[in-house]
This record gives sequence, C-alpha cells and structure tokens, in this order.
Amino acid sequence: MKAARNRFGAALAVLLALAGTTFGQGATDTARPGRVVSMNLCTDQLAMMLAAPGQLLSVSHLSADPRGSAMAGEAAAYRLNHGRAEEIWLMRPDLVIAGSYSARTSLDMLRRLGVPVAVMNPAMGLADISDRLREMGAILGRAEAAERAVALFETQLAALREDVARSPRAALYYANGYTSGDRTLAGEIIATAGFANIATEAGLPMGGHLPLEVLAMAAPDAVISGRPYPGASRSEDILDHPVVTALRRRSEGAILTDRDWVCGTPKVLSAIEGMRNIRRRMEIE
Amino acid sequence: MKPLFPVLFALVAALCLGSLIVGPADVGALDSLRALVAGGDGPLTLVMREIRLPRTILALAIGASLGLAGAAMQGYLRNPLAEPGLIGVSGSAALGAVLAIQTGVSAVFALALPLAALVGAIIAVLLLLGLAGPRGGSLSLILAGIAVSAMAGALTSLVLNLSPNPFAANEIVFWMMGSLADRSMVHVWLALPIMVVGWALLLPLARPLDALTLGEEAAASLGVNLTRVRWQVVLGTACVVGAGTAVAGAIGFVGLVVPHLLRPLVGARPGVLLVASALGGAAMLLAADIAVRVALPGRDLKLGVVTALVGAPFFLHLVWRTGRTAP
Repeated sequence: MKAARNRFGAALAVLLALAGTTFGQGATDTARPGRVVSMNLCTDQLAMMLAAPGQLLSVSHLSADPRGSAMAGEAAAYRLNHGRAEEIWLMRPDLVIAGSYSARTSLDMLRRLGVPVAVMNPAMGLADISDRLREMGAILGRAEAAERAVALFETQLAALREDVARSPRAALYYANGYTSGDRTLAGEIIATAGFANIATEAGLPMGGHLPLEVLAMAAPDAVISGRPYPGASRSEDILDHPVVTALRRRSEGAILTDRDWVCGTPKVLSAIEGMRNIRRRMEIE
Repeated sequence: MKPLFPVLFALVAALCLGSLIVGPADVGALDSLRALVAGGDGPLTLVMREIRLPRTILALAIGASLGLAGAAMQGYLRNPLAEPGLIGVSGSAALGAVLAIQTGVSAVFALALPLAALVGAIIAVLLLLGLAGPRGGSLSLILAGIAVSAMAGALTSLVLNLSPNPFAANEIVFWMMGSLADRSMVHVWLALPIMVVGWALLLPLARPLDALTLGEEAAASLGVNLTRVRWQVVLGTACVVGAGTAVAGAIGFVGLVVPHLLRPLVGARPGVLLVASALGGAAMLLAADIAVRVALPGRDLKLGVVTALVGAPFFLHLVWRTGRTAP
C-alpha cells in the first residue's frame, strides 16, 4: 500500500517534471500546479522554499509553531491546515503534498475526491536532502529553483566540513533514554560538525535505547538532548537525572537540539554550524 | 517458626547485593562494590551511587511497604483478598501523583508529589471502608475495589491524555504497572520519610490485629481501641502505598502473594505476619526488579508485569477457594 503510494507520488513527479520541460516556458503555467496544499511539517518547509509566489496555498499548522518549526515566520503568510481531508478539499487544491507518515485515511479520501496527492519520504540523512529538494522541485514544476537550492546547499555544507584533529565524543540523549545513531539525520548533523557519536561505540548505529548506566560509563564529552516539551512527563525526567547533570558539567552544560534539527531541509545547516561552534569552544577549553 | 526471620533477613540481604551488581553496564561485581563504598572520580562511582543504589533502596523500601500494607489490610479486614493494588488504593495514589505532576505543583514544591499520592490513597481507603463496611465482606470489598480501580485508572488516563506533553500519554503504562528504572536519590528522599511514618503507624498494629482475630467485641474487651486501629490502618497504608506509588507507579500483587505465602509459616498470627510480610515483600520486589533487568535488559519491562505473572494465578486460586468456603 505504502509502496503503491510512493510509486504514485514518483509517477506524478515524473509526469509533472516532463510537462515542465517538454512544453517549455510558455506551457509551464498550465502544467505547474497553481493551488498547492502541503500537510506535513517537512514538506511544508521544502514547498515554502521552492514554490513560485502564489503557488502554495496552505501549510500544516505545525509549521506555524515556533517550537518545532524552523520557518514559523514564513508560515504565517499561508492558510494553515490540520491534515484533515474535509478542510483541505474545501480549499480546492489541484495538488496535495503529504509526508509518508501523514494520515492514510485522509489521503485516500482526497484521492477518492479526485485530488492528486504526492507523498514524499522524509530525508533520513544529509545525502537525502538534495534529492528531496529536486523531488519537490519536480512536483511543483520548479526544477530550476530546486537546482539553485541544491547548489547553494551543497556549497554551504562543504564549507562547514572541516578536518578535526580530535573529535569530542558526544551522546544524543532524548526522553526515555533514547539515542540517535550515526545513520540518522541528527547523527549526521553532529558527525559533520566534528563529533564522534557514542551510540556507535554502544553498538547502536541506528539509535535505540541507551541505558543510563551505559551512558555514564561511556562518559561522553557532551550530552545533546531534546528541548523539553511543555507540561511534565516522567519520560523527560531522565534528562534531569543526577548522572546526566554530572556529565553535562564536564562540557559547556546542556546542549539542546531545536527546530533546525527536525527536518531534512537546508535548515540543518544552521544546526551543523551551531554544533561546530560548540565543538570549537570545547577545543579551546 | 524461629528460623524464619534469619532466613528472610539473609534472603533480603542477598537480593540487595544482587540488585547492586546487576545492570547493563558491564562491570565486575567486586569493582562495582568497591566503587560504591570507596568512591572515586570514575564513572563507575556515579553508576553505583546514583543509579543502582537508589534503585536497590527503593525496591527494598517499596517492597517492604507493600508486603506490610497487604498484611495489615488482610489482618484488619480479616479478608484474604484485601491488597492495595487490587482494590484501587495504588491506582488512586497514582492518580494523585499524576495530578501533582501535570498541574505543575510538584515542580514548585517537591514533596507535593508524594503528598498528593498520599491524599489519593487516603480517599481510596476511606471510600473502600465506607463501601465495604469495617468488616469488609469479601464480595463487597472486591466490587468496591473494582469500581475504585476503574475510576482511578480512567481519570489517570484522562489527565495524561490531556497533557500538552507528547510523552505523557505513553506513561499510562508506567503508572499502572510500575517501574524502578532510572530513579535517583532524589526519589528516595521524596518517598522514604513518608514511608517511615507509614511503617511507624502499621508495625505497632501487631497486638491489636492478634486481638482482632477473636472478634471485635473480644478485642475491645482486651483494651484495643478500635477507632484508633482503624485510623492507623487507613493512614499507615495510605502513607506507604502513596509514597511508593508516587515514585515507582502502582505495583500490584506483592501485598497479596507475600502474606499468603508466609501466613502458614508464622502460625497464622497477623501480628508476627506484619514483620514477616515486610521482609518477604522486600525480597519479592528486589527479585522482580532483578528479573526485569536480566530478562529484557534495556527494555524497561514494567515491574507490575512480573509481579502480576506470579500474582494473578495466585489470586485466581484464592478467589476459587474463597468462593467455595464462603458462598
């Protein structure tokens, strides 16, 4: 089912890309979807970066929340949707862009109503980001804008990479004691910034549950954790455990991930830059 | 009967030692214990003093509390099915704790957490005694207990689902099944003082409970103040169950299984059974907590799963027997 949807998305993307190239400049306006609704935080960002003025109609409400959205300011210019088929259909879109985690029932309903739906997979690593930009460019009929964004992203990314004599050892540590390994977006962010991830030493390349004891024994130079959500939870208690507090005292205190870490878009560049600056400060100490 | 206490003491001591040397960090037993006692700058001292020691202390204290509370309630109500977890006292304590955390009161004033759980537990015990009567007939007690449990569980789920924190809703399992994973000395200091108050209320019940086996009139004629005993049971149980639940969630069946296993060994005297059950409860919870770490390391298997796997068949057996003897 999921594969079928992805094929559908890919087929649609190819179709749109072909339409964009074969008919040339004059035909682009008709081939290019004019009323686009995006319903996933990460596709929202890609769409806002690449859409022509007036082309993007609505983004998800998550994009307007500055706690989790790196483009909350930009999102204020669009109508917000809550991912429900009814409200989206009433916007009369000629294309809906969803993430592969979007509610399947809503997407099926929109397809039944005759609305084309493109589904994009999330970027699992830095290497995926250029692909996602191109994919979004094809979907929106904005291949040239996408190529410009890819070129800029890759130049900036290359500029951020530097040779590190001694990589400080870092742990990505989240609620319930979960960690992200090297083969995740967060893992690649810190690796590019010049950190060695202790999840790899612990045998968790994809991430998973890292017992507090194992974290303590690994004694990382830095503990990077998620920003606490409003309200309280026992799951996040672990981030205030005396052991984690003691480990943080060894480095420059609590290092928190933020909205730039959430989506595989060029916004991760500022996450990498922030971590690189932290690493440079740690080298001086 | 005499060798029972030395055996229980030895068992608890051995399990404490076991609890201190079992864990995901791959370290030798001697090194661990040396780091615990002698200290040092290494990460091992941190692991021993801030992770394993609080876990062992909490298992010991909460297990003892649950065993003691079970024995006291069974002795007072003269009902073999009375147990804080089964009749909703633990569930109500969990509701109190969840309310304290989600309203933010516990962040302002740390002791609010165990105190709120204590209040939840007191309300539940009073409700149960009111509904089932001081004699606590088996059927009415269990029915009232089911109602209180269901209500407390539903309200706990509701509060956690309403929380703006995305993790809160997933914690329903913790509050209903209990866990000692990743607790710290902070939790020990929150729970222990209130538990000690509860022990001080429950342990002196040995003589009145012995007297109550003769019936209430006989006990009263022996100089037992029944009103006072009643309040001691209510407040003592609420203190130990409330404080334990506030930091470790609701752990069921310990207070049911342990008194039953030990009762024949102490000659069916509820007074002696109090201390024996406290030791037995500590042993059972320490063993269960070691089991969850050995069986599924790094998965945070809930304690209530293990205690229920042992306790539920036991409970069925008791219900079957009770149903046959007292129709």
